[in-house]
Amino acid sequence: MASFFGIVFDGVAYGSLLFLISIGLSVTMGLMNIVNLAHGAFAMFGGYLSVWLGARGVPFLATLPVCFVALGLAGAACERLFYQRLRRRSQLDQVLFTIGFTFAAVAAATFVWGPAEQRVDLPAALRGQVQLFGVGLGAYRLFLIALVAVLSAGLVALVEKTTFGARVRAAVDDEHVSAGLGIPVERVFCLTFAFGSGLAGLGGALCIDVLGLEPTFALKYLVYFLLVVSVGGAGSLAGTAVASIVLGLFDVAGKYYVPEVGAFIIYGLMIVLLLVFPAGLYGRRT
Amino acid sequence: MSSSGVPPIAPRELGLDERFGRLEIGFWLLAVAAFFALPGYLVLASQVLIAGLFALSLDLILGYAGIVSLGHAAFFGVGAYVAGLLSVRGHGEALSGLLAAAAAAGAVGFCTSFLIVGGHGLTRLMVTLAVGLSLHEAANQASSITGGSDGLSGMETSDLFGLFAFDMLGKTAYLYVLAVCFASFLLVRRAVHSPFGLSLRGIRENERRMHAIGAPVRRRLIEVYTLAAALAGVAGALSAQTTEFVGIEALGFDRSAGALVMLVLGGAGRAYGAFVGSCLFMLLQTIFADIHPAYWQFWMGCAVMLIAFFARGGILGYASAVFERLAIVRRGRAAPRPGT
Repeated sequence: MASFFGIVFDGVAYGSLLFLISIGLSVTMGLMNIVNLAHGAFAMFGGYLSVWLGARGVPFLATLPVCFVALGLAGAACERLFYQRLRRRSQLDQVLFTIGFTFAAVAAATFVWGPAEQRVDLPAALRGQVQLFGVGLGAYRLFLIALVAVLSAGLVALVEKTTFGARVRAAVDDEHVSAGLGIPVERVFCLTFAFGSGLAGLGGALCIDVLGLEPTFALKYLVYFLLVVSVGGAGSLAGTAVASIVLGLFDVAGKYYVPEVGAFIIYGLMIVLLLVFPAGLYGRRT
Repeated sequence: MSSSGVPPIAPRELGLDERFGRLEIGFWLLAVAAFFALPGYLVLASQVLIAGLFALSLDLILGYAGIVSLGHAAFFGVGAYVAGLLSVRGHGEALSGLLAAAAAAGAVGFCTSFLIVGGHGLTRLMVTLAVGLSLHEAANQASSITGGSDGLSGMETSDLFGLFAFDMLGKTAYLYVLAVCFASFLLVRRAVHSPFGLSLRGIRENERRMHAIGAPVRRRLIEVYTLAAALAGVAGALSAQTTEFVGIEALGFDRSAGALVMLVLGGAGRAYGAFVGSCLFMLLQTIFADIHPAYWQFWMGCAVMLIAFFARGGILGYASAVFERLAIVRRGRAAPRPGT
């Protein structure tokens, strides 16, 4: 029984990470209609930035806000330079551009940091296990779940309670009518993209200890992020959250109970879900 | 001029003109000439042709039918493993192996095509990716059959027609690959120049309107997807038979993405774009990867970004635009129109 709780716990922790990184991708795809295969690269650079700062004596927790801000700024720059122009292009152009970006990013990371897996120094408080209800839980994973829960609450408040959130929701629903009503759609896009990239950078830094960080990270986990978005429904906060947790649970449980099936479970689950819900669990558009 | 005031459309403009142009004949003569001119590079040249054939099969669904696929390597891999397994089990005859590979890949393509036609946009893209990844994972897990990540070795391709042995320099292999590529190309050329090909282009341009005029959109997509899968299987089988090895990379994402890049580099929807793209891609890869593997990947990524932004038609698209310009200039000189 203890191992069952352990698996659920690990699955939820993994799912929270997926949620943190995927939410930016989901909003980009839902709001701006861009297939952004470069999202994994943003997360990867967040991770490398954290490692780079860590090697210069900055404590791990202090690197997190830096990663968020730096990748957010980089995201804003990319949006102005590239993505803004890609919005009106065909899906093929978007796929090509962003896949080219990812290839270049992976190569650049290999060139600068080498192909080896990177390590991160966690503060002592986040190492080891914490006893909770008689079950030993990884302290870092507990921290992850708590942090993502707080961030999600903030995100919901941002989207539901603020003017900015209302503008984002309006722009997701109908870009043209929103623009007609005087909502600065372009600025909303840019800010949202920057915010999503920042979260990806933060997620990238947070997942070094769980998923490992190497240059192929950008491609390897991109599949999971895309999976979350397509299953959850692009542009939906709740859908992304549900899909992340479900995929996290299935992946961890599958690898524990039926290791011989491996990643198969996830891909199979995805095909089935996409067939049953072609627009995603919470998708509004087809 | 017809009575409706609409000028009659030449068969050429409809894409129904089937004659071989001078450039096309030149292209295939060049491929034959390579056999005599580059005896030391025939192994590489065979790989270029195989990659070209694979990109050509992707062109059928991407360039003509407009389906963006991130998992086309699934069919290449199925073909490669079928030909490889047949050969390992003692059936090394090349042509029947090729046919078996085409049939198997076509069958997988037919089955998965129902998943493809069901979705749109992101869903469709993700399904192609998931199919590719799950086959890759399946081959990885079934290591007792496929050899897993070590790859399938112990293949032996028997002499072609019982007469021509596959030599170390790859002479027989090159001619064999060239012949199969040419035959496949003729098939694709026939298909895209037929009303079938026209309806595919209609679907690419406006699927809803094709529904409205009564075109069997679903069936056309299933047909072209199956055909493309079978051709990809042929390419995979060729690769397995000539190298006598099948690695797990045959099913990998990099191969799917690579074919996509080759295709847009050469020009999608132009049939020859696949071969021009594969030539350039493999040449640059060979040159740059020698310097540093990351080097190649970096500049390839940058090139793809540039293509996506600026050069929509790839190299052939650019070339044909230049030719059209020249033709207009020449026509303008011969008979200057009044007022322009």
